[in-house]
Amino acid sequence: MKRKLLTGNGAAAWGARLAKADYIPAFPITPQTEIIETLAKWIDTDEMEGRLVTLESEHSMITAAGTAASTGVRVFTATSSQGLLYAMEMLYTVAGWRAPLVLVNVSRGLSAPITLEADHNDVMAARDSGFLQIHCSTCQEVLDGVIMAYRISEDQKIRLPIIVNLDGFYLSFTREPVELPDKEAVDAFLPPFDAGNIKLRANMPESQAVVVLGGSPYSYFRYEMHLAEMNGLNIYESVAGEFKKHFGREYASVESYRTDDAEYLFVMMGSFATKAKEAVDRLRDAGWTIGLLRPRLFRPFPAPTFQKLCRGKKAVAVIDQNLSMGKGGILHGELASALYGHNEMPTILASFIGGLGGRDISTEEFFEMANVIKRSFEEGSTPPPRLLYTDEELREIRKLQTIANVERNSLKGEQ
Amino acid sequence: MYRIRFHGRGGQGIKVTSRILGSALFMNGYEIQDAPRYGAERRGAPIFAYVRASKNSIFERGIVRNPDLIVVADESLIPLPAAAVIQGADEHTVLLLNTRIDAQTWKERLNFPGTVLSFDAYICFEEQQDERFTGTACVGAASRLLGLFDKSILKEAINEELQEMKSEIIEKNITIALKAYDLMEPYEHCVNSSKKTDALNYVKPHWVELPFENARTSAPVIHATLTSENVPTGLWRTLHPIIHYEHCHRCWWNCSTFCPDSAINVNEESFPVIDYDHCKGCLICSTICPSHAIEVISESEARKRMEKKEEE
Repeated sequence: MKRKLLTGNGAAAWGARLAKADYIPAFPITPQTEIIETLAKWIDTDEMEGRLVTLESEHSMITAAGTAASTGVRVFTATSSQGLLYAMEMLYTVAGWRAPLVLVNVSRGLSAPITLEADHNDVMAARDSGFLQIHCSTCQEVLDGVIMAYRISEDQKIRLPIIVNLDGFYLSFTREPVELPDKEAVDAFLPPFDAGNIKLRANMPESQAVVVLGGSPYSYFRYEMHLAEMNGLNIYESVAGEFKKHFGREYASVESYRTDDAEYLFVMMGSFATKAKEAVDRLRDAGWTIGLLRPRLFRPFPAPTFQKLCRGKKAVAVIDQNLSMGKGGILHGELASALYGHNEMPTILASFIGGLGGRDISTEEFFEMANVIKRSFEEGSTPPPRLLYTDEELREIRKLQTIANVERNSLKGEQ
Repeated sequence: MYRIRFHGRGGQGIKVTSRILGSALFMNGYEIQDAPRYGAERRGAPIFAYVRASKNSIFERGIVRNPDLIVVADESLIPLPAAAVIQGADEHTVLLLNTRIDAQTWKERLNFPGTVLSFDAYICFEEQQDERFTGTACVGAASRLLGLFDKSILKEAINEELQEMKSEIIEKNITIALKAYDLMEPYEHCVNSSKKTDALNYVKPHWVELPFENARTSAPVIHATLTSENVPTGLWRTLHPIIHYEHCHRCWWNCSTFCPDSAINVNEESFPVIDYDHCKGCLICSTICPSHAIEVISESEARKRMEKKEEE
């Protein structure tokens, strides 16, 4: 084991290498490309076994991934943003095949307007697909997450594909010190894929999955998928426990940071959650009793853990780096449904939308959110949802709009 | 915690520069974070990169807002609002500029609140000016300003980050970086880490309620043609292709077709002509020209030749 500087993308590639992925269907997209470039190079120089194939689209890439997993080999693949959306039909399909595999998604905001920077609307779109979801906040977690993900996905009580999510730029292109586990240590934690009765073969063509009509068989198969995914709650915890025994690093399904005596909580996911930790430390310096909860496991949703960790708290600020058009923050809604009706739940569950398209969230904004929920608790009323957006930003937009108008008019004049 | 921001142009090695500093600090026992930020991944486009270093775990993320040290590899970036070179600087910030103009002049021009240091990266180059080594000179200089590690670590970090390059290139980088390191001796240790944000006394964010606006205003759509012609992307160029017409066979479909910016036009005599207002200097033309008629020189050399021509 040694500590090494790795980007999030590099860490994801190392995860696939140490997990001994046999087959890697690939299609490049910013900010994911470095992952498949790294793997391609290792395979080319014989540092890694396995086969990497570039497909003509993400739709085919996920089809190939699911099909290969159905032959009983270990599959790794990766995409981002528009690529994940393009593959969406097959995401639902391969999950329905009950094909275990690991898909790394490098989060990037969705079009239009087009951007390259991170938010979580891409991965949230895969929320209901049957893929489990692990969300990472450091490069170390990306590497460890990929290795853990195989254990979870391949478990006979689950046998579903899984997404390991990392944020574009903030993790994908950011180097941090990462402990690189020894090959032997990973082998001891992650045995070869025991495919069981999975045995599709190219030389023995046969049909996979069936047509069902009338609703009843369909309901059976779909609800079985749901039950399998729900098994993920317990299996995640036991895999995380074993991971800790092997490697010493702890990954609870919901990370809780300085929450034991906290009256107030931030709840958020992904790499921006480390910014929330910084804010928690500074607020604690100033006498606040505040902490952070971060769902690392998002699907299945660890509702019982949240109920336990939120019990007795005064107020919660949920910061969503996503936006469900016509509803608001997705995590906020999920958390509300998990807490509602249980005893001693926080009375204030405030919704903040921030970090869309990689928009930064400043430490001062965390301080202000803390003040908002404290005030709301004292006044006894939930504040309206708030987009983290400043006057300075709006003025910049007005400037750009003015320029656009002048351009528009002058171009019209020329025509 | 130390927060360092490097600004430069694609092709000056700014990403590698930040990685060399990151590696050197990591080798010296610091927790670090380094990352590049760029939009268009093209040679000559403004890019910046940042490094954080601390003896403790680093929770901060993303763009460094209040830098302790700003290093600018290319002074032509300073007037560009989009490059935001001096953003977030205060009294404690040190600004290191690669320039031939003295520090006092820059301090007055920019009304810079902190310390300004000027250094001429080209002094560190033995032979001709080569933009690709500008970043290396900058990281040598920045290392001395921080004063947190010695030359042997800087050398080791360069070896680590450039290990896939030819040994003579690595050696050249080391020579340049160490020269810059020596040059900055009088300013050793002049960078101080900034204070932690105070949760009791802080500037409140000026949050606004985003008003509803009609789709006529709020849809991200511009119905217009040829708008990109108005943007002089030729400013991004660090390397300058020149067509030597005496060697050109007028197989213009090669260079003009492969130019990703449609910046090579064909004149009436079927000779290709480079539109320098929009050529970003990607040099694909020079690579694919079958008769090797396209020479590449540095942009500063091109400027010199231009001035000479004008004098004549």
